Amino acid sequence: MIAPRRWLPHPLLSLLLLILWLLLFNTVSLAHVLFGLLLGILVPLFTQRFWPGSPRVRRPLHLARYGLVVLGDILIANVEVAWLILGPVKKLRPAFVTYPLDLREDFSITLLASTVSLTPGTVSADVSADRRTLLIHALDVADEAALIAHIKQRYETPLKEIFEC
Amino acid sequence: MLAMAIPIAFTLMSLALLLNLWRVVRGPDLPDRILALDTLYINSIALLVLFGIHLDTMIYFEVALLIAMMGFVGTVAVAKYLLRGDIIE
Amino acid sequence: METIIEALVALFLLIGAAFALVGSIGLAKLPDFFMRLHGPTKATTLGVGGMIVGSVLYFSTRGEGLSLHELLITLFLLITAPVSAHMLAKAALHLRLRTVERTRGEGTLPRGDVK
Repeated sequence: MIAPRRWLPHPLLSLLLLILWLLLFNTVSLAHVLFGLLLGILVPLFTQRFWPGSPRVRRPLHLARYGLVVLGDILIANVEVAWLILGPVKKLRPAFVTYPLDLREDFSITLLASTVSLTPGTVSADVSADRRTLLIHALDVADEAALIAHIKQRYETPLKEIFEC
Repeated sequence: MLAMAIPIAFTLMSLALLLNLWRVVRGPDLPDRILALDTLYINSIALLVLFGIHLDTMIYFEVALLIAMMGFVGTVAVAKYLLRGDIIE
Repeated sequence: METIIEALVALFLLIGAAFALVGSIGLAKLPDFFMRLHGPTKATTLGVGGMIVGSVLYFSTRGEGLSLHELLITLFLLITAPVSAHMLAKAALHLRLRTVERTRGEGTLPRGDVK
């Protein structure tokens, strides 16, 4: 008997692959479900070596809630940015902000950087080589410290809970 | 209702594509042109989806998905070239 | 019922097209590269998203069963848009593109260890 960790190293990834496979064929028939399951088991097994330091999701439910929060923020962000773009350009206050990272693992930093890029008026531009600071460009910011505190409280703390405890 | 909305949406999308094209031609720097091309392909995905609804067919789904994948790979490849190919060591 | 769904589809298509246009206006009108980066990464993904929701609604209510595979495109764009924006921003920092004078803060990281 092989331990589940060996033949199912990334259960969430396997589930995601199955869903992707079914979406691609736009049907839910038994044959497709079985083949999707097979792919969901085989693909993580064969690509396991390429995953840097395999991320562990400690709280899947928190991850789902985080996804919903980000999705809602994306909608709000879009309306905000659209408003800023249509308004007078002279009024915008662009700034580079260096953001001190608390996260340590590459995967969670990647998630945070992607979230920052997708949400209100900010794009992550660079990560320092020692993974301790993130360079963010903001379209219109009045107070850098408030922006940093907002990102820390809304996105980084939940990510820390999900991946690193 | 739909018969009225689709031409309007087509007009808006065409305007968006023209603005992107203007940025591709105008520049002024290479990253600007790449960004404009990036936006161009994302907008063309939206245009294809719209065209699919207009013609009442799902054939264009695969095309849109392929453009999304190839466009992303292209953008990343060119950005990587700018990062690495320009360093004189 | 039919007309309500048709109206919803029309609404989503128009919202999507409007957001795509606003993103492109941002690309054309904002003064420097880093500010231009904001338009396409946000507005256009939502533009495509609106179109896709309209398309899902339209094809799912034709009586041939649920059609969700368009969502793959949105999912893919949501994952890739930040990555390409990040790569472009990195390239622009590397090439030291000009920014508008009123941009606050430095475009470099402390200790200058830009990777």
